[in-house]
Amino acid sequence: MIHLEKRPQPSQFWAGFTPILAVIATMIAGGFMFWMLGKPPLEAIRTIFWDPLFHETFGPYSRPQLLVKAAPLILIAIGLSLGFRAGIWNIGAEGQYIIGAICGAGVGLAFYPSESVLIFPAMVLAGALGGWIWAMIPGLLKVKFGTNEILVSLMLVYVAENLLASVSQGLLKNPEGMGFPGSRNFRDFPAAYNAELISGTGMHWGVAAAFVAVIFAYVLLTRHMLGFQVRLTGEAPRAARFAGVNPSRLILFCLGTSGALAGLAGLFEVSGPSGQVTIDFNSGYGFTAIIVAFLGRLHPIGILLAGLLMALTYIGGELAQLMLGLPAAAIQMFQGMLMFFLLAMDVLSHYRIRFNKTVPA
Amino acid sequence: MTGDTRHQNALLTLEGMTKAYPGVVANDQVSFSILPGEVHALLGENGAGKSTLVKMIYGLVKPDAGHMTLRGESFAPVNPAAARSSGVTMVFQHFSLFNALSVAENISLGMDNPPDRRALSARIREVSHAYGLPLDPGRIVGELSAGERQRVEIIRCLLQDPKLLIMDEPTSVLTPQEVDILFETLRKLTAEGTAILYISHKLEEIRSLCEHATVLRLGKVVDTCDPREKSARQLAEMMVGDTLHVPFRESAEPGAVALAMSDVSMTSPTEFGTSLRNISLEVRKGEVLGIGGVAGNGQDELLAVLSGEGRAQSGTIKLADEDIGMMHPNARRARGLLTAPEERLGHSAAPDMSLTENALLTGSVREKLVKRGFLRWGKTEQFARKIIKDFDVRTPGPDNTAGSLSGGNLQKFVIGREVLQRPDVLVVNQPTWGVDASAAAAIRQSLLDLAHHGAAVIVISQDLDELMEISDRFTALNEGRLADPVPTQGLDVETIGLMMGGGERETAA
Amino acid sequence: MDLGQINPLLLLASLMVAATPILLAAIGEAVVEKSGVLNLGVEGMMITGAVVGFAIGVNTGSPAVGFVAAAAAGAALSMLFGVLVLYLMSNQVATGLGLTLFGLGLSSLIGKPYEGMKAPSMAKWDIPVLSDIPVLGPILFRHDPMVYVSLIIVAVTWYVLTRTRAGLILRGVGENHDAAHALGYKVIRVRLLAIAFGGACAGLGGAYVSLVRVPQWVEGMTAGAGWIALAIVVFASWRPWRVLLGAYLFGGITVLQLNLQAAGAAIPVEILAMSPYIVTILVLVVISLRGNHGAPGSLGRIFHATH
Repeated sequence: MIHLEKRPQPSQFWAGFTPILAVIATMIAGGFMFWMLGKPPLEAIRTIFWDPLFHETFGPYSRPQLLVKAAPLILIAIGLSLGFRAGIWNIGAEGQYIIGAICGAGVGLAFYPSESVLIFPAMVLAGALGGWIWAMIPGLLKVKFGTNEILVSLMLVYVAENLLASVSQGLLKNPEGMGFPGSRNFRDFPAAYNAELISGTGMHWGVAAAFVAVIFAYVLLTRHMLGFQVRLTGEAPRAARFAGVNPSRLILFCLGTSGALAGLAGLFEVSGPSGQVTIDFNSGYGFTAIIVAFLGRLHPIGILLAGLLMALTYIGGELAQLMLGLPAAAIQMFQGMLMFFLLAMDVLSHYRIRFNKTVPA
Repeated sequence: MTGDTRHQNALLTLEGMTKAYPGVVANDQVSFSILPGEVHALLGENGAGKSTLVKMIYGLVKPDAGHMTLRGESFAPVNPAAARSSGVTMVFQHFSLFNALSVAENISLGMDNPPDRRALSARIREVSHAYGLPLDPGRIVGELSAGERQRVEIIRCLLQDPKLLIMDEPTSVLTPQEVDILFETLRKLTAEGTAILYISHKLEEIRSLCEHATVLRLGKVVDTCDPREKSARQLAEMMVGDTLHVPFRESAEPGAVALAMSDVSMTSPTEFGTSLRNISLEVRKGEVLGIGGVAGNGQDELLAVLSGEGRAQSGTIKLADEDIGMMHPNARRARGLLTAPEERLGHSAAPDMSLTENALLTGSVREKLVKRGFLRWGKTEQFARKIIKDFDVRTPGPDNTAGSLSGGNLQKFVIGREVLQRPDVLVVNQPTWGVDASAAAAIRQSLLDLAHHGAAVIVISQDLDELMEISDRFTALNEGRLADPVPTQGLDVETIGLMMGGGERETAA
Repeated sequence: MDLGQINPLLLLASLMVAATPILLAAIGEAVVEKSGVLNLGVEGMMITGAVVGFAIGVNTGSPAVGFVAAAAAGAALSMLFGVLVLYLMSNQVATGLGLTLFGLGLSSLIGKPYEGMKAPSMAKWDIPVLSDIPVLGPILFRHDPMVYVSLIIVAVTWYVLTRTRAGLILRGVGENHDAAHALGYKVIRVRLLAIAFGGACAGLGGAYVSLVRVPQWVEGMTAGAGWIALAIVVFASWRPWRVLLGAYLFGGITVLQLNLQAAGAAIPVEILAMSPYIVTILVLVVISLRGNHGAPGSLGRIFHATH
């Protein structure tokens, strides 16, 4: 009989190894899925994981995309991971991302066509502030009334989507857009455009912000009292209160930080790669970032790697769509599977598998 | 009676019962027998293997080897239901009641073929009165006192007409008066032919109740005896296998008032908790104040209001003349008031974090382990190492998690962490609960030493022997109220019982 | 705008239809949570039920077969969750989220070929005699069978939970799994069954959206109904009849805002469209003011028998 026995100490080895194992398992299961869809499995896997980086024709185009796609995922996932570690579940990052984009873009567009160098910094601030405010709604409700933050933050995604629909057809609509919904394109507004910093690399301000966030989170979690309090609250909430952690302040900090980072991600996206506020400019980064956070084991460095990997599946998925006619939804499922395999294999770091010979009693 | 005749007449016999868990043999070739109508004590320290053994009898754990017979027939229950249908029932120490369900529902869940609701309620009333343990079947269990909750468990067993009743530390939640009522009930049962397997480490109880005792040490039967013919000290030495260390105390003149509470009330933060009502007390430097009381009478809440997890009204708690009632935990620590809650895993320590991190948990302020918000890991590790060394914590090193330590070692670490910060006032709740005897003795000694060096110590405990041994003055919590403290010396059991039962206020007033 | 266009009778009648998907999902989740498990994958199971029910319904031409298939699909998906949280002891919140993300992907993969198709129509049941009662007849007794099935499920759930031994065991397991285990109950088995029931109900709820309410397949068409179902369970304090009340109240709001949109009310469409979500938030706030009474004691905790 197989049974599980709790390890006295969580295994360091397995904690690091399970994400790799999960990726391999997902490739196998995903390959099987592609085969079921009538696509050549090995070729599909190669198209997703290899070609975007190393293919002669596609590589040069895809490689910069890696940073472009990874940056918002990493930025959002870093914020979420702080809360997840403390047992605070912000799952409405998608909404905070949208509101951040609307606020940031709104500030920029309000000053069109100014050429002041202050515009972009002001937009960044507004984006972060927008996301922060949107996340403070569930935060304050939880602190004041004990309302469940999971449900509130998620409901606010739908509210944000409706707001986005509203502003892209109204308030922020391009007055010279000949009636089409959507704002002015930031490409035509240099002072507000989040351009590539080094051409051909995909490196824009959002990518820089993502790297800064990784370092910031790393230092916070390993060297700072606040990070210790975040971890302690997640491991043992009662011990945290005993140690003097103020739960309300921690909730507001975690939700606020993740909201601000999601808002930043939205702003960098709308003012750069996406270019304009449109009704469907958001593409689910807020939800995929949840997978990234877990795949990275809620650890800043892990999230950095997981974000890059997840970006690869996006780009590779698009390529596979183009080359093999693989449906876009297959990639979404592929990402969902990755999360499942990871959660399933988590058991190895906390439990030991024993095959014991039981003597029938 | 000789061993052979015991065996022949036995209700239950155990032969070579063995159960090993990774790294530890919980039971090693355990054999003994229980006669019908006998109160049989199973005696042993924490970790001696008592729980594993009774779980095998009750069908919760499958033995690796060994054989049992019940009334001469082979007995190998595959699950508790099978054990119950053979007439073996059990009253647990923990974990077997459902707070949000009613008394009748709780009892019904513990039976295999319960009658319908109305009939069951009638039976509960009838049986509970017959045995002197009255119960209202409609009440929600979470709202009952600890003593009443135990009644629910006992009635649950009695309704099934047991041949063997297993009781695991049944008196740990009872006042002395309630213990008397329980013993009366048990004697009534044995007179009817029911055998009782009684697990306890309270030696006086065993001497007054049990006719036969089996002593376990490290999973093995080391001795059997008639406890009525032995002294408590002899029994203890059989259990520990060593002569006991009795804490040494030097009496010191109590100094100035270190901590004063006046009229402190606090609503319990938990749903089924007990609110504190008008608590007043004073504790002086160099003194140990013992606070007894049955579990669930406000002990956790009293600790919380002192640690700062709960807030009192301003002006009601004074630490050396400074009002601290509204202060948060670390502000109190900075001023010299330290605490150690009862629950080690998850309250006084974080089980999945390292000992170094756990040292930081309460030590950050007084040991200056944080500088401008940044952690000083080196210094923190040194502090953890010092605790481990000074308090003889058995662990490979400070990188190990708190959860990997045994109960006694973790408790030594927790108490050591607070004592080494040189508190002016230390409040501990259940300092030796679930701790082996040698660790318990070491912990008590360290508390006495602390008081001797001039700190005020408050020990909240449900172990009366412990409180009698180490405290200068004694008081008790009852339903969130505190009796007036009295000197421990010359205190008799009757008075203690009255204080714990809340009857003292009338007499003292 | 012309509020006169809104017919109160039709409004009330369509309220029951609008509420049914959420009612089904919520009653299933209430049972799951009563057993001590928090499954945040309701949305994922609903959308999977919606697509499977639609696909099977279209292929067989029978909505009834579609519903059965949807229930089976929901239950099958929930077993993935069940195995992860019960046997592999994964975090329930994370696994539930994963289930939702997975379900959304799975459904759009399956649903691609069915976009733009029409669902086989489902006959309404005019309950004889009762449906002829003035006013009440059209409101209550002229619906498709699933509306009545959902009401029967609520009634049966209530009966089983409060009046039967199986229900008592389920509540016991949810209240204190260690105690239930000590008394010899199979905690994992009870929970697995509860999760399967919850999955089947969510699947039915999803299929109701795609087969009756809309009726066609649109990607992401459940639009948060699963999350609202979770909120309703909290609103209902885990009690079946209050789940019904909550779902119908919510159905009423949905129908009212749709009617206002259709009537061309002066309020912007987006504000109306977001109103159900805002109302849900407000309701959650009001509920939390009262405190979380009735939450099962072991809800969301990991059970690991130590022997």
